[in-house]
Amino acid sequence: MDMAIIELSRLQFALTALYHFLFVPLTLGLSFILVIMESIYVMTGREIWRTVTRFWGKLFGINFVLGVATGITMEFQFGTNWSYFSHYVGDIFGAPLAIEGLMAFFLEATFVGLMFFGWDKLSRLAHLFTTFMVAVGSNLSALWILVANGWMQHPVGSRFNPETMRMEVTDFMSVLFNPVAQAKFVHTVSAGYVTASVFVLGVSAWYLLRGRWTAVAKRSFTVAAAFGLASSLSVVVLGDESGYALTDNQKMKLAALEAMWHTEPAPAGIAIFGLPSLQGRETHFEVKIPYVLGLIATRSLTGEVTGIYELVAKAESRIESGIVAYDAVERLKVDRNDIAARERFETHKLDLGHAMLLKRFAADPRQATPEQIERAAWSTVPNVPVMFWVFRVMAGLGFFFIAFFLVAFYFSTRRRFDARWFLRAAVFIIPLPWIAAEFGWILAEVGRQPWAIEGVLPTFLGASSLTVPQLWTTIIGFTLLYGTLAVIEVRLMLAAIRKGPDEKHHDEEAEDGVVGGYAPLPAE
Amino acid sequence: MALPLDYETLRIIWWGLLGVLLIGFALTDGFDLGVTALLPFVARDDAERRMVINSISATWEGNQVWFILGGGAIFAAWPFVYAVSFSGFYLAMFVVLAALILRPVGFKYRSKKPDPGWRSRWDWALFIGGFVPALVFGVAVGNVLTGIPFRLDGDLRAFYDGSFLGLFHPFSLLAGLLSVAMLVLHGASWLAIKVEHGPVHDRATRYGAIAAVLSVALFAIGGLMVWKGGMGFRIAGAVDALGPSNPRMTATVAAAGAWLDNYGRHPWMIVAPLLGFAGPLAALLGIRRKHEALAFGGSSLGAFGIIATVGLSMFPFILPSSIDPASSLTVWNSSSSHLTLFVMLLVTLVFLPIVLLYTAWVYKVLFGRVTAKDVASNPDYY
Repeated sequence: MDMAIIELSRLQFALTALYHFLFVPLTLGLSFILVIMESIYVMTGREIWRTVTRFWGKLFGINFVLGVATGITMEFQFGTNWSYFSHYVGDIFGAPLAIEGLMAFFLEATFVGLMFFGWDKLSRLAHLFTTFMVAVGSNLSALWILVANGWMQHPVGSRFNPETMRMEVTDFMSVLFNPVAQAKFVHTVSAGYVTASVFVLGVSAWYLLRGRWTAVAKRSFTVAAAFGLASSLSVVVLGDESGYALTDNQKMKLAALEAMWHTEPAPAGIAIFGLPSLQGRETHFEVKIPYVLGLIATRSLTGEVTGIYELVAKAESRIESGIVAYDAVERLKVDRNDIAARERFETHKLDLGHAMLLKRFAADPRQATPEQIERAAWSTVPNVPVMFWVFRVMAGLGFFFIAFFLVAFYFSTRRRFDARWFLRAAVFIIPLPWIAAEFGWILAEVGRQPWAIEGVLPTFLGASSLTVPQLWTTIIGFTLLYGTLAVIEVRLMLAAIRKGPDEKHHDEEAEDGVVGGYAPLPAE
Repeated sequence: MALPLDYETLRIIWWGLLGVLLIGFALTDGFDLGVTALLPFVARDDAERRMVINSISATWEGNQVWFILGGGAIFAAWPFVYAVSFSGFYLAMFVVLAALILRPVGFKYRSKKPDPGWRSRWDWALFIGGFVPALVFGVAVGNVLTGIPFRLDGDLRAFYDGSFLGLFHPFSLLAGLLSVAMLVLHGASWLAIKVEHGPVHDRATRYGAIAAVLSVALFAIGGLMVWKGGMGFRIAGAVDALGPSNPRMTATVAAAGAWLDNYGRHPWMIVAPLLGFAGPLAALLGIRRKHEALAFGGSSLGAFGIIATVGLSMFPFILPSSIDPASSLTVWNSSSSHLTLFVMLLVTLVFLPIVLLYTAWVYKVLFGRVTAKDVASNPDYY
């Protein structure tokens, strides 16, 4: 097992996934903001709302194409770089990806063309329907991707089949209604709505500061403030933690992000500061607020939050049990009718994945020494300092957005668009939701390590049989291509923002309540 | 749980659906690839190029989903095929993905600046986004027919002996060129339907006629190479069509000329290669007679026939291994579980008709030729 292949494959996946997710949140949120704006246009018939919709639609388009372009890579990367993973779990994991294409991406991609090109070919209502289908499609797309990801975090409804040497589905409904997947879906799309609201609010604030396009900016500000307040509450309140109490590894994730080395008497305190150390397996300079973690994580005064040491001890016993399952599978490979082996496999099959952790330390898990078993058990602890800090940044930003949108909502209901300190702040914080979203993914995926599929398949066994030069070729290739496109995208976005809406509304006119006219301009 | 369809039937259905997806991709996104591959040649100035681009700008994105869905469906129904082929074709796959990534941005960003240098760079990016995938897909199919150098170990982990340059040999290059000719013909036929009469239309039909002749010639030479070259694989011993999906449990051997076996056993299958010839010829006739529906129908039938020929010749093989025939992936040993195939079939039966329905509606709304006037006056056009 060449760890360089694994590390490079992980690096490429992380880079391409995090890059893809720079564009996805804005698509998720802006599509619904467009629906809101266009609905107002259809209901009131006021041309200014058409201009508002078309302006944000233009920015939506510039962002959308890069989401699509980078999504192509994601769909195939499991096969190219994670070949053994694809074989091992394709029976379950492939289904949500296929359904995503069939029921979500087709919808989104087929209607998005009509959304841009159908303004003079469709009735108002038909065009609104088209925009709505784009929003539904992109959000359903997120649902299926998170059903797939949720299964990686909490693999329900499946079992290992020694005849085909892979996981196979036993209950599709439980894969679909996986509580982790549902929680992740709500959390992720809400994060997208927050991102889009911050973006719309920030750009509108910039126009208001400059005194340009104020009619468009004030209306956009109002929509973004209300939508942003609702979604920032949703992203925090309906947050991600509902899955943590479910399984050992989600418990490990919780313990790791809290840097909680030992189980504490319930209810546990939450650390607001600390310097976790992987070597010493302890946290220095910890500042704790009592009771809060226990309340959040278990929603009770008596529920215990298990510590890392206790979870590692549990992992150790699961590894020992897994070795029995591993041995049984090896025997079944030789003779599929070995009844004794079949029985032992059935008893220990849930721990098979834990035995596979040993492959990193011993060629044959059955020959592992107690010392190797202990090392394998400790390998179930993800990178605690990264988890600890990434979580604090993400959650801190989440609470900040609630406060921010409360203020924005207050100003918009009072129709006060002249608080320059707030407008300036709104421009400066535009990058923050992206940081929160990317950190959220780092938390979720680093926290799942060392597993590709929690408790089932270690990441280091999932990669393809590639070579280091092949991997560097694609990593450098994707980086150059994506880097170039990112520069172009940001420039076009800024140019489009500077240029403003295509349609000329004299701001004074709109202020006086005069309906602005629409005259198509020749294309550039 | 007892399922109403047995495992063997479901495997055959999903083999058929794999064909439906590949053909769906070739018939829809195929003309987008062909159109962008033709872009620098059929359109000389910016106004002409914008006509060509706007003939597909509103629909190419939906068409591309056939490709994405193809990836997802192979993953769900044929996980071994997904795992082995995409990692085995690693660098080729990277080249295809990089080329395809240029398309969405090319369409959208080209129009954002009037600068001719900017637009010309995106035109060539779009050309790469059309030509390169068309070529590499064909090269990949050529390699599938001759066998891929992979083997599976006892844990069913795949290993490869091939190299990127090893993918390019005379037969696979021929298959690549056939794929380009077929899709260029399809793209030219689309332009014939979709672009107003004038210089672009004339050039498109001229290139289309050349591509039609090349399609027929390359398809014939390819057939001869399969026959004379004695390509093919055969399953030795009993087939367990209901057995577990484990390639190590079936015995496969390389067998000269086996790719022609099926036509002897099932003479009706000869319809596929006949369509592969008749389609491009009908398209050629349509181009000559200025009957554009016939041209597009002919190029569609041609693509259908050519892809179906590959599938039927190889049945039940999907990915034969050239270095370890016992590792070869077939319809009987590389599918998902019985339950997954069944559930995914239900999902497909519900959603594919809906997809076809709204796709048809969108094409209906956008029906009509793109004119130079539209391009000059409509602010939404790229």
